[in-house]
Amino acid sequence: MEEGKVLSQSIQESAAAYAIIHDKFGEAVSAFDANETMPFFEVLNLSAWPEIALFMRDNPKLQFNYMACLSGVDYQAEDKVGIVCNIESLGQLNHKIAVKVKCPRQDGSIPSVAGIWHTANWHEREAYDMYGMSFTAHPDMRRILCPDDWEGFPLLKDYKVQESYHGIKVPY
Amino acid sequence: MQELERAGMGSTRVTRKGNNVVLLEKDLQTEQMVLAMGPQHPSTHGVLKLECLTDGEVVTHAEPYLGYLHRCFEKCCENVDYQAVIPYTDRLDYLAGMNSEFAYAITVEKLLDIEIPRRVEFIRVIVAELNRIASHLVAIGTYGIDLGAFTPFLFCFRDREIILSLLEWASGARMLYNYIWVGGLAYDVPADFNKRVMEFVTYFRPKTVELYKLLTENEIFVKRTRGIGIMPADVAINYGWSGPMLRGSGVKWDLRRNDPYSIYPELDFEVPVPDGKVSDIGDCLSRHLVRALEMDESLKIIEQCIQKMPSSEGFNARSAVPKRVRPKAGEVYGRAENPRGELGFYIQSDGKSTKPLRCKSRSSCFVNLSAMKDLSKGQLIPDLVAIIGSIDIVLGEIDR
Repeated sequence: MEEGKVLSQSIQESAAAYAIIHDKFGEAVSAFDANETMPFFEVLNLSAWPEIALFMRDNPKLQFNYMACLSGVDYQAEDKVGIVCNIESLGQLNHKIAVKVKCPRQDGSIPSVAGIWHTANWHEREAYDMYGMSFTAHPDMRRILCPDDWEGFPLLKDYKVQESYHGIKVPY
Repeated sequence: MQELERAGMGSTRVTRKGNNVVLLEKDLQTEQMVLAMGPQHPSTHGVLKLECLTDGEVVTHAEPYLGYLHRCFEKCCENVDYQAVIPYTDRLDYLAGMNSEFAYAITVEKLLDIEIPRRVEFIRVIVAELNRIASHLVAIGTYGIDLGAFTPFLFCFRDREIILSLLEWASGARMLYNYIWVGGLAYDVPADFNKRVMEFVTYFRPKTVELYKLLTENEIFVKRTRGIGIMPADVAINYGWSGPMLRGSGVKWDLRRNDPYSIYPELDFEVPVPDGKVSDIGDCLSRHLVRALEMDESLKIIEQCIQKMPSSEGFNARSAVPKRVRPKAGEVYGRAENPRGELGFYIQSDGKSTKPLRCKSRSSCFVNLSAMKDLSKGQLIPDLVAIIGSIDIVLGEIDR
């Protein structure tokens, strides 16, 4: 963040929320990225993610009760896949923040937060369906949009489509 | 609650109606049966498959299966230019193409430093609100059909046709418009567009009252929907519900008000939430009620826009449309209030390419439908139809 730059009010609110999380979890979270379009922080200690999520939801100063979106992302250059969660406090404190969680590209897994925000349930299934990371302790870890016996994970940048599916030629 | 479920599983069958437990039958031996609804079933509004475990007439478990309409929207986006994504967004929620385009356009514009002409903003809001009315008319009409009322459907589609003609006149297409572009519009509206829209507003005002009397106050309809599928506000928020679904649970949350975009802050309109007088808050009737009342608010918005709209003199709808859309590096999550709730786009740009690195659409129906498992527990099969109808799903947006 550049010194002396005036931050908009919503980013200041996100930064204040981040400060509370950072005070509690310290090294487990990265520094705050106060960019204008989507301020975020990253969870560095994977296993702490559900605990951070629960803290974010239940702390009276944070009250992040609404998960707007959870998107899978392929960080090919870093050899990682991850998720980006857009979380906000709906009707309570009205601040929002984005959280990134990354795991290795090969057989990576991220702890599930489906028990904290129900929204995460189907979105995590979708992220698994498209990127192949598994979510540990997810109540129902199956594919959701692709058929159960589909090969590969379509949204990976190096995805190659299978030749045939049940005798049907796939690439067109 | 657990006692209720236990009772439902045994030889005595009960169901919930509002806060009351209704005894259906007792001392009747039945066995569990798997009942598959869909993917080809009119009450599932498309190609949704619900696998229900039933005990007599009571649904003990319902599992939705999606993906029959999956068209790889997000993969397609990564292979085309930013501007070329617009036609794909039409095909997400095909009943509200204008709204989807609007949401995508404002998201990309957040990454670009361009100023949108004021007239463009007004036209965008007018077409989006017209489309919202059209979409709610389908929702209300088909909901009537789900519950056995055929007449409102015909009335709704008659009025929707006028809107579709208007939008066709402006954009050239009836449903898949490709009209709102990043930075502007495809064309300015035709010369007499405003006059015809005002004629429609005058014509449609009494029709909402008629529809209210015909369906919303109809006793059979009320009996089928009141107290069915109640969702408390806190659970609804935890499920990520948005739009009429969330407002039906009594949460006054509308992105046009609470996270304003475009010119909505300048406009005067109400956010209708049920007050619990004619419906139980959070039930199917509340959700229907919100949609019915929202149409009036959309009419108000359209009227104000037409009054305030700058004239077309020297106006070029494409003046701010970039030749090549190449946003700065970064990521953004933008959203807009669609007829079905919050439609969000998460877009990642690397700053060099003219194609998005990642474009995820957060579909409102997808999220709203995810509560189906909870909502359907312990309901009668006919009530299950009432609940699905009240969610107002569009499978094009769920499966993407």
